[in-house]
Amino acid sequence: MPYLPHTAADREAMLTTIGASDMEELLDQVPTAVRSKPLLLPAALSEPELLHELDALAERNTRSAGPRSFLGGGAYNHHIPAVVSALASRSEFVTSYTPYQPEISQGTLQVIYEWQSLICALTGLDVANASLYDAATACAEAAMIGVNATNRSTVVAASTLNPMYLEVLRTYCWSQGLQLRVVMAEGGCISPSSLRATLADLGEEKPAVAILQSPNYFGLIEDQASLAQITHEFGALYVTCANPLSLAILAPPGEIGADIAVGDAQPFGVALSYGGPYVGYVAARESLLRRLPGRIVGASVDNKGRKAYVLTLQAREQHIRREKATSNICSNHALCATVATIYLSYMGKAGLLEVAHLCLQKAHYAAERIAELPGYGLAFEAPFFHEFVVKTPRPGAVIREALMERGILAGIPVDGQAGLTYGLLVCVTEQNRKEDIDALVQGLGECAA
Amino acid sequence: MTSSSDKQVGASPTVIEPTIFELSSAGRAGYSLPACDVPDAPVERLLPQHSRRAERPALPELSELQVVRHFTRLSRLNYSIDGGFYPLGSCTMKYNPKLHEKVASDTRWSSLHPHQPDATVQGVLAMLFRLQGYLCKIGGMDAFTLQPAAGAHGEHTGLMLIRAFHEKKGERRTEVLAPDSAHGTNPASAVAAGYKVVQVRSNAQGRVDVEDLRRLVGPQTAALMLTNPNTLGLFESEILSIADIVHQTGGQLYYDGANLNAIMGVSRPGDMGFDVVHFNLHKTMTTPHGGGGPGTGPVGVKSHLRPFLPIPVIERSTGAAGAEQYALTTERPDSIGRVRSFFGNVGLLLRAYAYIRSMGPDGLTQASHDAVLSANYLKALLQDSFDAPYAGHCMHEFVLSGRRQRAQGVKTLDIAKRLLDYGYHPPTIYFPLVVEECMMIEPTETEDRATLEAFAAALVAIAREAAEQPEVVRAAPQNTPVSRIDEALAARKPDVRWKG
Repeated sequence: MPYLPHTAADREAMLTTIGASDMEELLDQVPTAVRSKPLLLPAALSEPELLHELDALAERNTRSAGPRSFLGGGAYNHHIPAVVSALASRSEFVTSYTPYQPEISQGTLQVIYEWQSLICALTGLDVANASLYDAATACAEAAMIGVNATNRSTVVAASTLNPMYLEVLRTYCWSQGLQLRVVMAEGGCISPSSLRATLADLGEEKPAVAILQSPNYFGLIEDQASLAQITHEFGALYVTCANPLSLAILAPPGEIGADIAVGDAQPFGVALSYGGPYVGYVAARESLLRRLPGRIVGASVDNKGRKAYVLTLQAREQHIRREKATSNICSNHALCATVATIYLSYMGKAGLLEVAHLCLQKAHYAAERIAELPGYGLAFEAPFFHEFVVKTPRPGAVIREALMERGILAGIPVDGQAGLTYGLLVCVTEQNRKEDIDALVQGLGECAA
Repeated sequence: MTSSSDKQVGASPTVIEPTIFELSSAGRAGYSLPACDVPDAPVERLLPQHSRRAERPALPELSELQVVRHFTRLSRLNYSIDGGFYPLGSCTMKYNPKLHEKVASDTRWSSLHPHQPDATVQGVLAMLFRLQGYLCKIGGMDAFTLQPAAGAHGEHTGLMLIRAFHEKKGERRTEVLAPDSAHGTNPASAVAAGYKVVQVRSNAQGRVDVEDLRRLVGPQTAALMLTNPNTLGLFESEILSIADIVHQTGGQLYYDGANLNAIMGVSRPGDMGFDVVHFNLHKTMTTPHGGGGPGTGPVGVKSHLRPFLPIPVIERSTGAAGAEQYALTTERPDSIGRVRSFFGNVGLLLRAYAYIRSMGPDGLTQASHDAVLSANYLKALLQDSFDAPYAGHCMHEFVLSGRRQRAQGVKTLDIAKRLLDYGYHPPTIYFPLVVEECMMIEPTETEDRATLEAFAAALVAIAREAAEQPEVVRAAPQNTPVSRIDEALAARKPDVRWKG
């Protein structure tokens, strides 16, 4: 049996030491009425047999996110440098537990401290935690910070949030008896007047937080500073859910007046893996430090005067505070945060900017070329980063199918969303070469009718 | 080595490994990217000034080799399963097979985009569908969702299913019961799901006090959350009575699967009367812990809760040529909705699938038997040196009390730190809260007998030190990269980011 080292002789000797005659005696506290019959599972496979079975399954995945994929929508296809996988797969990172024993966990602890520092640098905020699950649950955690900090029970969110994030917020708000109000977009964006009207309409209900996304689900950049200012006028916290790659170029949440920034650091070297694991982040103003969910690493010294890192402010967490904790989160996504930390260390100041610049330029090239096609056009006028919506002459879902036959994953259908009849959400990254973009444009042109 | 008397007030601390920011040099770069192959438009034309960032983010500037050396050195400051024995109670730190890492990094799995059409991801959907089925068999449940990202996320999801179930029947229930020995996530998740938490007492035998439960349960009770075997490593032998008590008033029984490793092929939560379960695949199904995550916390339910499962749900149908086809659907009117982005931590679910297929039914059963055997063996080797508060056999883990050593002036924390000097990760300490000076030890089935014996010998030696040279134990650790850390300073003056 793989992974089971005891020999028959070991088992015999161990039972003797214990003073039990057999395994059944050891299990005597399990009542007969609840003892299992044999498990009805397929028989064990050897390593070669298992690889064969998994090969056969993998072959049924007929496409993947190569250079001819233009899918985004919360999961982004970026180059993963060899150094990232090589270092993050070291078993000292992979097979270690949560660093509750800091004397023998300085590696993980310092990596997380560096991750927190990088997230602060990107977001322009003061403090960050050790990671959350993903952007969607990070939005929900940010909502809870706002609810607790303001003692109010209404969460306001933009209709331009990724629909999945909005749905997760709806689920969490329902379970805690909170109200969720959605601000509607015009022209693909939340306008300051629309936000003001929604907040004013609340009257005595009063908002705890307003959660907006940047770039928003349709790839567009909203007037964050004005939106933050209006939110503050109503005494609520302003939360930006930001693609952290965009922050290499775009104004950071801390600068536009956000109190909290959340998002997903998946673009930083984390494999797509059909949706997870990714890595949520949360950063905030200093005054919210003790309201943050989950683990936080702090720097200190050991009793010999050496710099040392340790999990700190644990009196916020479930294992100490139980029902009074700021969140129920225990396991986070530390290994994915490690991946992102290595990625950012390697790409560095210039490299990250260059990735963002390549995304920006290529996406605008693609958008301009597609907009020239008969029957197509850009759905919105607002500026965008590396994702945009094109109006399509036929349903986006139909166009997507047609392009797939050409080996192209053209985008995410957004038919019927944001006032559109038909549309596709297209994402372009540094992974898409000019020839791939040209193939997309040609394919779209040929599928117009 | 410096002693504390050498410390100068205000001196900068000695640094073992500088941060990436301290290693940085302006203008250095190690990355490699293609030139821009499309016309380069002026950024000012593409992005209005108010949307642009004034200064570049202060990221480090390092060479590739610097990055490699830095993270390699950091990794060496970590303890890990591959490096040694990790007997953390309730954490199930078993060996993480290398095969799984190889499979999960295969780009045919790792490069799948979650927005790909279902027709292009039939392999991953088939794998996930089968895994749901395997978990149903192991747990005795009718349906599973693989979505939750961790055990606590599974608890929250499971409790929301219960809330939806009661609401559908027009019932407003406000309380969740949990034993005083429960994991901290149980009460925290109950609050996250909008419930008030009521604690149930443990009895002298370390089990749920059934009389106390009877007193507390009522029409306001949404659920009782239980870990079985519980965090003391004891099976709740009265589980069928407990289930009856909870069900009689319309409550639901929730199974915290943190300790599933004790009972595969031995007993199924579904047969014990549980309505909802979560399993921690990063414990029982060997997906790695990664320094704190990611995990996965799939949730299983009995059929009456199936309509409420989170979306999306995988549906299987038979195609024209008789071939099985899989599709994701969101058409579930009674669903609680989404609980996360996309479908789940698929990279980890694939590893769990590989584990279950490698072990088969007999292997999983043997794994649980060996986990129980190893725990009882270790307990037998240690029970003369430490107090064992609960008599009789244990399941896959057990608790010891360090109260005898405490009387000698050595705390359980000191014993844990001294174990570091002997080269071991200590057990879980000061948990569960119901045991004084608690040590909670879970050896797992993947450790051989010699490792268990060597660990026991170390703890016995420390018990002797506690009696004869308590100051040695109190001064531990000495052989670790850093010694005891000033945690009060970290909390009093939080330094949670590099400020330069």
